[in-house]
Formats: sequence, C-alpha cells, structure tokens
Amino acid sequence: MKQLTHFLQGFGSAVQLLLQSARFIGTLPRQRARFIDQCYLIGYTTLPIVAILCFFMGSVLALQSGYSMENFGAKQFIGSLVGLSFARELGPVIVAILVAGRVGSAITAELASMKVYQEVDALVTMNIPPARILVLPRLAAVLVMMPVLAIIGNLIGWFGGAVVCKYVESIAIEPEAYFSALRRYMKFQDVGTGLIKAEIFGFVVVLICCSIGLNTRGGPREIGASVTKAVVVSLISILVLDYFVTKALM
Amino acid sequence: MNPPIHRNPITAVESPAVGVTIDGLTKNFGPFQALKNVSFAVEPGEIFVLMGPSGSGKSVLLKHIVGLEAATAGRVLINDQDAAAAHTLERIRIALVFQAGALFNSLSVYDNLALYPREHRFGDEATIRDKVMRALQILSLENSAQKFPSELSGGMRKRVAIARALVMEPQLMLYDEPTSELDPVMSATISEIIATLKDEYHVTTIVVSHDRELALGIADRVGILMGGELVFLGPPASLRQPADPRIADFFHPRIDLKNPRFKNLET
Repeated sequence: MKQLTHFLQGFGSAVQLLLQSARFIGTLPRQRARFIDQCYLIGYTTLPIVAILCFFMGSVLALQSGYSMENFGAKQFIGSLVGLSFARELGPVIVAILVAGRVGSAITAELASMKVYQEVDALVTMNIPPARILVLPRLAAVLVMMPVLAIIGNLIGWFGGAVVCKYVESIAIEPEAYFSALRRYMKFQDVGTGLIKAEIFGFVVVLICCSIGLNTRGGPREIGASVTKAVVVSLISILVLDYFVTKALM
Repeated sequence: MNPPIHRNPITAVESPAVGVTIDGLTKNFGPFQALKNVSFAVEPGEIFVLMGPSGSGKSVLLKHIVGLEAATAGRVLINDQDAAAAHTLERIRIALVFQAGALFNSLSVYDNLALYPREHRFGDEATIRDKVMRALQILSLENSAQKFPSELSGGMRKRVAIARALVMEPQLMLYDEPTSELDPVMSATISEIIATLKDEYHVTTIVVSHDRELALGIADRVGILMGGELVFLGPPASLRQPADPRIADFFHPRIDLKNPRFKNLET
C-alpha cells in the first residue's frame, strides 16, 4: 500500500510539474541561452556514447543474425533485419537508456543538490518559478535533441552492421547488397515510428528526473538516493512505455 | 500614525514600509508540533529579532512568512495580505537571506545578483548592471563580481546573499542566522550592515538568530521562541535581567562542570 502511495505521489508531482512548465511556454524565446545550454548537454555530450554503443549494437545484431540466418539461406536479408530493428526499436530504446543514464542522472543530481542547498527555495522567494527556468528549457531541449540522437544512432547502427557484413568471413555481404536490402524492406514510417518513440521516452525521462530532483528532501545522502531512484524509474518507464507505444503505433 | 517610509536602497524610490502580523500560527510535522499558536506583530520599519534555542521553530516561522511552508493553523499577514497567497510575492517584495547563503553555485556573483532583475525584466542590461553594481558597492563587493560562490569565504557569501536580497529592492528583509559560522569581526560587520539598511532605508527586518550580541545591539524588539511557543516579546533592554528563569537560562547559561554530563570535559 505504501509503495502504491509513493508511486501515485511521484506520478502526481511529475504531472503537476509538467502542467506548471507548460504555463511558461511563452517564456522560451527569452530563455534561449538556457535552452541552447541544455541542447548542448543533452545532445552534444551524449553523442559520442550513442555513437559507440549504436555501432557495436549494429555490429552484434548483424553478427548474430548472420549466424542464425545462414541456416535458412537468408543472409541477404540481414540489412533489412538490422535496419528495421534499429529504426523501430533499438535506436530509440538505446538512445533513451543512454539519456537516462547520462543526462537524467546529471539533471537529478543538479536539481536535488539545488533543492538540498536551498537554491530552489531561494528561487521561490524571488518569485521565479523553478518550473520555468529549471524544467522548461530541459524539456524543450530534449524534444529537439532526441530525434537528432535517434537518427544518428540509427545511421551508425546500420553502418556497424554493414562493416560486420563486409569483413566477417562467414557473412561476407557487400555494403551495396546490405543497404539495398535495408532500403527495400523499410518504409519511412518505420523511421518515423522510432522517432516518435524516442521523443516520448526522452521527454518522460527528463520529466521524471526533474521531478525526483526537485522533490528531494534531506541532505547529501538523499541526493545520491534521488539519482539512483531517477535512473531506475526512468529505465523501467522506458521499457513499460515501449510496449504500449509500440502497440499504439502499429 | 503614518508608517515610516521605506526608501529603496538601489533606486531611492520611496514607499510605505510593510508590517507583518503572525496570527495564531501553528505548524505540525506529523506528531511533532513545531509552532504552537504563535502570535505577534512586527511594526513597519523596525528590526525584530527572533531568538530561541535550536529546534524551537524560528526558521520554520521564517519560512511561513515567505510562503515556503504552509501553516497547519493560523496565518501570516504582510500588510494585511495573506503570505500564503500566490499573489503576495508579486505585490510585496520580500527577500530572505538564507543561513548558508543559498547562492546559485553555477553562476558568478554578478549573475547571482542579476538573476532577479533579468527574470522580472527590470529594464535593459545597462540598468540591471547599475543596480547590481550599486548593491555590490553597498556591501563592498565590487571586486568580487566575477568570482563564483565556491571561491568566497563564509563572510563574503553572506554579504553576497545580502547584496542579492538588496537587488530585489525588498520592502521586507528576512535573515536566517546571518552571523552563524562567522568570526566575531565578521559578525559585527553583518550586524552593522543590517542596522545600516534599517536606519538609512527603513526596510522592515526580521532576523532569526542565536546571537545575543546581535539581538541586544540592533533589535528594536525581540521575540523568544521555546519549544514552539513565544515566551517573550519586548525590547532588548528587558533581556539584560530577565525575570523568566527559562529566558535567564538561555541568555546566561550556567554550566556546572561537575555535572556528570560534562565529565568528558574535565578529563
């Protein structure tokens, strides 16, 4: 019962924070500098990890599918398998998980420390709503940067698969054949579905991390506890949402 | 009698000073009662020092005045407006100087001070710069404008916090333990700054403090909270020889080193 109450409280405060932030959308043009800072943090600093992880995920996917599809004589379809898997599922999920781990944890740590050291209270006494300057620029930035990260992740993942197909002897498929299969069985809608998922996951992750950070109470120990909680809740939310969003978009 | 005129330290604009009324304020945290039916009034333009032992509810009361805590019962009125109402902070400028300063660590001293006027669009950048530099000048911090809070000493952080409060052009200044963790010289400096702001600008001031010297030196009136109850309200002079034994113990603590509690001190 206590767990359910905590869950409902957390959900309620996240929704409340979203509504409060939405009230200040009109202030976004004035907050250009904060928005650009957040785009840099969410997009640019996450990009190298997205690139490395997506390259190797694409490689492993091509390697595993090459190994199993060889038994059916269907090696020529590896390109479409890697392409579709990345565009519809792996790309958005991997990028969201990385954003939760790297950006979400940093957001929670920063906001929780601001809360614990009374910086958030100082904002309230200055009649500057924390939702306006601490949450809104982050939510706007994640909406802009998630599709960019997901597209780059997809491209690098597809490229990783092509490299493995060309250089692993047991597969030995030329890039032209790999990308031709990828193009033939993929529609623009597949990529679009993935981008919508990435947007939803990223937005939810940042909202959860902001909400948990701003609701931190206590001292430095609670900052660590909030970061752990934010990452765990974000990861669970990504995977639970993944099912429902996929179902809804089918 | 007309209330004293508050003169803005930054813009020199004059307006009536504000008064604060605490009316039957009660605050419970679960089963713990932090404030028990506390009532008193702070007159416009006076310095009111609220004292009491640790955990007596002083800071909690201060948070009610600025709307950071919601009362279990009772209310706080600032110029007859409910402090808990959202619009009060929009109509009356209240600045709280936090115990640890609560400076924004990611911003320089200048940006800490400029945040409020920028967010509330108090003129162009040149006007804001004038306001900020004037506040820094009052607190003798002109040379620290580009420093970050992590580069400042405890005393400087408090002064920056006061300067940031001044930029808000407050009608009501609240200080939470302004002299804690400071050496005697810096404590005296901060006390002098608080007194100067009151004398020159008639800012209504509420100070929460343990500091006896500060209370006796600058207060117009003193309130003492013990266990969430207001046990004294009056001029600081009457605290020199208090009749109430609880207040006498608080002001002139008798430490008996032979008491078993202090046995570790003797060895």
